[in-house]
Amino acid sequence: MSVVATDLHAAERWGSLRATAWLVGLGCLLVATVVVGVGAGAVAVPPATVARVLGHHLLGVPGEVTWSLPQDAIVWQVRLPRVVLGVLAGAGLAVCGVALQAMVRNVLADPYLLGVNSGASSGAAAAILFGFGSGLGEHALPASAFLGALAASALVFAVARSAGRVTSVRLLLAGVAVGYALYAATSFLIFASGSAEGARSVMFWLLGSLGLAQWDAPLAVVAVVVLATLVLLTGWGRRLDVLALGDDTARALGTSPDRFRTLLLLVVALCVGVLVSAAGSIGFVGLVVPHLARRAVGGRHVRVVPVAALMGAVLLVWADVVARVLLQPQEIPIGIITSLVGAPFLLLLVRRLHATTT
Amino acid sequence: MITAHDVSWAYAAGPVVAGVHLRTEPGRVLGLIGPNGSGKTTLLRLLHGALRGATGRVSVDGEDLAGLGAREAARRLAVVVQEAADDSTLTVAEMVLLGRSPRLGAFQRAGVHDRRVAAESLARVGAGHLAGRSHAELSGGERQRVLIARALAQEATHLLLDEPTNHLDVRYQHEVLGLVRSLAHDAGTCVVVVLHDLNLAARYCDDLVLLGGRAAGGRVVAAGPAEEVLDPAVLEPVYGIGVRPVRLEGRLHLLFEPLAAPVPAAPATSLKEPA
Repeated sequence: MSVVATDLHAAERWGSLRATAWLVGLGCLLVATVVVGVGAGAVAVPPATVARVLGHHLLGVPGEVTWSLPQDAIVWQVRLPRVVLGVLAGAGLAVCGVALQAMVRNVLADPYLLGVNSGASSGAAAAILFGFGSGLGEHALPASAFLGALAASALVFAVARSAGRVTSVRLLLAGVAVGYALYAATSFLIFASGSAEGARSVMFWLLGSLGLAQWDAPLAVVAVVVLATLVLLTGWGRRLDVLALGDDTARALGTSPDRFRTLLLLVVALCVGVLVSAAGSIGFVGLVVPHLARRAVGGRHVRVVPVAALMGAVLLVWADVVARVLLQPQEIPIGIITSLVGAPFLLLLVRRLHATTT
Repeated sequence: MITAHDVSWAYAAGPVVAGVHLRTEPGRVLGLIGPNGSGKTTLLRLLHGALRGATGRVSVDGEDLAGLGAREAARRLAVVVQEAADDSTLTVAEMVLLGRSPRLGAFQRAGVHDRRVAAESLARVGAGHLAGRSHAELSGGERQRVLIARALAQEATHLLLDEPTNHLDVRYQHEVLGLVRSLAHDAGTCVVVVLHDLNLAARYCDDLVLLGGRAAGGRVVAAGPAEEVLDPAVLEPVYGIGVRPVRLEGRLHLLFEPLAAPVPAAPATSLKEPA
């Protein structure tokens, strides 16, 4: 008996060691990514200077200013909010992808493919154009984006569900159909309104951008919501494991699948809604990253969620760097980069799906 | 002890399970048998609360199952269901540890005691050496044993299994059912198992419930000690096949032979095997 117990303990210990190594490695990579990401752009700032500016503002070290004022403004006022939004959006979208994939037991689930993003876009556009929820001031945008995301995802799930089961084909088709309809509606609204909506264009809603980021209250809301989502989903790790095994198994292991799915849908809609209102609709992060995370640390969600968050953050900041630098001085929408990476990956998944299951 | 009182369930096409009464006893294996589509799995799902909204009442140790929360129910009932192909990336150790979920708080982590129970459960099904392997890569028999280990880790007093021998080689069919039987007889667990192989039912079940499905209006055709239910006069009309009992070293085996004329499988008509 003791020999056997050792087997299980050894397997467990090896798994947690590997997860810790990934977390530490990705944490370091994220810090480096932020420094490079802040430095890159039309006016390049050397990494060492970036590090000093950040250190000065955050920790008061070094105390002496050895860089120019424009450099300080570029790093602290212009680029850092943008990179912070990239980190939050990457992490948030990735963990929402993890949650959705466990919810529907389907590796093809992703907020963008399932129409959650498009619902958020419509909600946000409606808030801007018709003044929905204007009583909430600057929070009207995320609030109505959340409601839009919730309505769209509830609709997709209702359509895709038949006899208590969600099938891949129905889910994807419902997601694509709802997505197209809502993006068309959003675009129409913006064109019809004679473009009184300022900085947020059709392009912003379809392909996303981190360019509107600044130190303001909405960014703080994004930070709070993403961090709360991360903590919650990590805490729910075991319940996500159980849910991913199927409804009957989940119930047999003490989790009521319908109730838990409803909770998850609320959390995902809130997180995606807030992110879309701040950064537009960025696709494929929630699709690609969960797979990479599972490949790295296995199937336990208590590990997959934080690892996916770090991977998503790193990926999106780099995508933004490429978007800024590729056609300098012109900036291309970040969604183009994530789609260029994500679409081939999706094709690969579809191919593998047909090889293993029907 | 699970008690079903006048339980019924109908799909759009008609009743599948109608007016079923049954009671399981600690330390005994109850088999649910019947032809394809006779509602065996439906009845099992009613017994562990996966199907809600049925008429009638299911109680566990005297308490209404519908009134127990999912977690409380999972502390009493361990279930091994048939799910679609497993594409999870969990290891065997992680899979078995999930069996502890009903005993842990929502945000509580598995502790030393949980690990020990999981390791013992895995050892009990003879799969301790698989702990570090990926569950999806195991053979059918190994995977089934791991799922049973996960159910054991729940430390429930009831074990329900839906066709645990599906897709298994003959040797593993007997291994898995032998294990299940010893759980009932040695540990006093109350076992309910859905089986379609009547010879396996004869060998491993103490009591049987024979379901007639739609042809019988979803009613139970026969129930009682295994050897009484496995009577050719009972089986032939339900399955529509000739049944010949054979005793080898005191053990009941059934041989099957097609009946000469095709007959509707109706329970009311009594059929005679052609001479």
